[in-house]
Amino acid sequence: MTTVEDATRTAAVDHRPRRHWLDSGRSRLTAYLFVAPVGLGLLVFYLYPAVATFVLSFTEWGPFGGNTFTGLSNYTTVFALDTFWTALGNTVLYMLIGLAVVPVAIAIAVLLNREGLRGVAVYRALYFIPFVTLPVASGMVWKWLYNGDYGLINAFLSVFGIPGTYWVANPGTALLAIGVVQVWSQVGYYLIIFIAGIKAIPRDYLEAAELDGAGPLRRLFSITLPLLSPSIFFCTVISVINTLQIFDLIYVMAQSSTANPAFNATQSVVTLFYQMAFVENTKGTATAVAFVLMVLIAALTAIQFWLQRKWVSYV
Amino acid sequence: MSESVAALRGRRGPRGSLAGSVATHVVLVLGAVAMVGPFVWQLLTSLKTQTEAITAPPTLLPQRWLWSNYAEVDSALPFLQQLANSAVMAGVRTVGQLVLCSLAAYAFARLRFPGRNLLFALFLSVLMVPSQLLILPQYEIIVSLGLLNTLPALVLPGLFSAFGTFLLRQFFLTIPDEIEEAALLDGAGRLRIFWSVMLPMVKPALAALAVITLMNAWNDLLWPLVVNTDPSVLPISAGLTTLQGQYSTNYPVLMAGSLLASIPMIVVYLVLQRQFVQGIALSGSKG
Repeated sequence: MTTVEDATRTAAVDHRPRRHWLDSGRSRLTAYLFVAPVGLGLLVFYLYPAVATFVLSFTEWGPFGGNTFTGLSNYTTVFALDTFWTALGNTVLYMLIGLAVVPVAIAIAVLLNREGLRGVAVYRALYFIPFVTLPVASGMVWKWLYNGDYGLINAFLSVFGIPGTYWVANPGTALLAIGVVQVWSQVGYYLIIFIAGIKAIPRDYLEAAELDGAGPLRRLFSITLPLLSPSIFFCTVISVINTLQIFDLIYVMAQSSTANPAFNATQSVVTLFYQMAFVENTKGTATAVAFVLMVLIAALTAIQFWLQRKWVSYV
Repeated sequence: MSESVAALRGRRGPRGSLAGSVATHVVLVLGAVAMVGPFVWQLLTSLKTQTEAITAPPTLLPQRWLWSNYAEVDSALPFLQQLANSAVMAGVRTVGQLVLCSLAAYAFARLRFPGRNLLFALFLSVLMVPSQLLILPQYEIIVSLGLLNTLPALVLPGLFSAFGTFLLRQFFLTIPDEIEEAALLDGAGRLRIFWSVMLPMVKPALAALAVITLMNAWNDLLWPLVVNTDPSVLPISAGLTTLQGQYSTNYPVLMAGSLLASIPMIVVYLVLQRQFVQGIALSGSKG
């Protein structure tokens, strides 16, 4: 047991060479017992699978678990597949379309920040609802809105004499159509981050600029956006990581049947992975695809961190 | 109200003009229509007959409010069962993460033990790996445990979270040492201190982690599709995709099902708005 004297020394005198009471065997045991449940769970369900996937990407998955080492052959197979490059290109397009969420959310946040505006809480709640909606359900609703024969969007366009299309079955429009839903579903999330970011900008800065004769646009570009740059950076990083992994919306809106003419045109790296791993049962190449995705995410994140020095200002 | 306050403070510049205010509202209302309009159309379609839903040009309101489409969903799917499965998956993952992650987070933040930093670095490394990468071996583990097509399969990997541990650790670190020392002096044991002293102090973080975990689990699609195929053990997210397979052109039934499946999370959000907003502000990640 610890004595009163020992206990009072805690923390404040951590740096002293005397043995800390926390180093007692019993405390150690407590600590390990506290960490063990999550630690073992992560070991079994996350760390081991990560290593296993890495190893398996260099092996051929045989029947009955008989795996053989095949070097880089899974990777060379994948790199020779047209479908892989299509999926990779599509994924980059999803990522770029997905980034539209940043300017859209900033615009709404700026409008909501208008002094004396009523109903801010209501707007914020409404804009956030798509984010908490089950993505499968959102995908189904939008697929219905995009329907070529009976969809509301085509009906709306026809009022203006604009011809519609089969939005998610037309290879020329399907990816963009899905990307729009992705942006729609995520706006509320980024909005909250930008609202907080804008609130943190001192009003004095904006007022001083106004007194100096800066108009609203000038204030936006010279004060609000530069001071918001840490939030913008954060949001672009998160958005890129998330849309590179896009799956649910594509699966529901364009891939419920391989008969969809836009099946390949909407394929992302993750839908391709799913198809290889669980439909075609080519698990070796699937793991190689998964690793390419991880490298892509890591590389794009690293590039953004490197670029941030040039445009993000931390005041 | 707020306008008069602004006037008193002498801050009403051109930004406060009426025209500007109206224009702002017009843009925001149009945006709100784009955000919520799809749900209105979903509701209206769900109450129409199939023939009515596919008339061109579309009619706005159903001629007769046909609630039977909702009953149809339940006969096409084990709908209530799947809702319950989703609730179990989301609920167990959330409660499990709160308990397990907070224990580990407390140890990492407040206790000293050999290997602490190495272990914590391993925890962090899990955060870097995209979830798809892990799915094949995770699936093999579930197979070898004989858990395919069971509820535990839905719950298992999501029960453990490096992110949750990391988030809560940051909060435990901010609590002053004196509080814990006082409790130790009073003779309280570690578990007791953890439970009655430390946990209440990180309540906002727990609430934030809870809503984020709950939402991610409710929305999870890829994992359930991989481990479960039997309709009676699918969560509603995966169940809906099978409804789409069966009723690919019966839009009223599809809309009824998708609306019912999204309502629970929307209700949770409307009740716990503050926690959601805080969760996002704290975590900056959607899992």
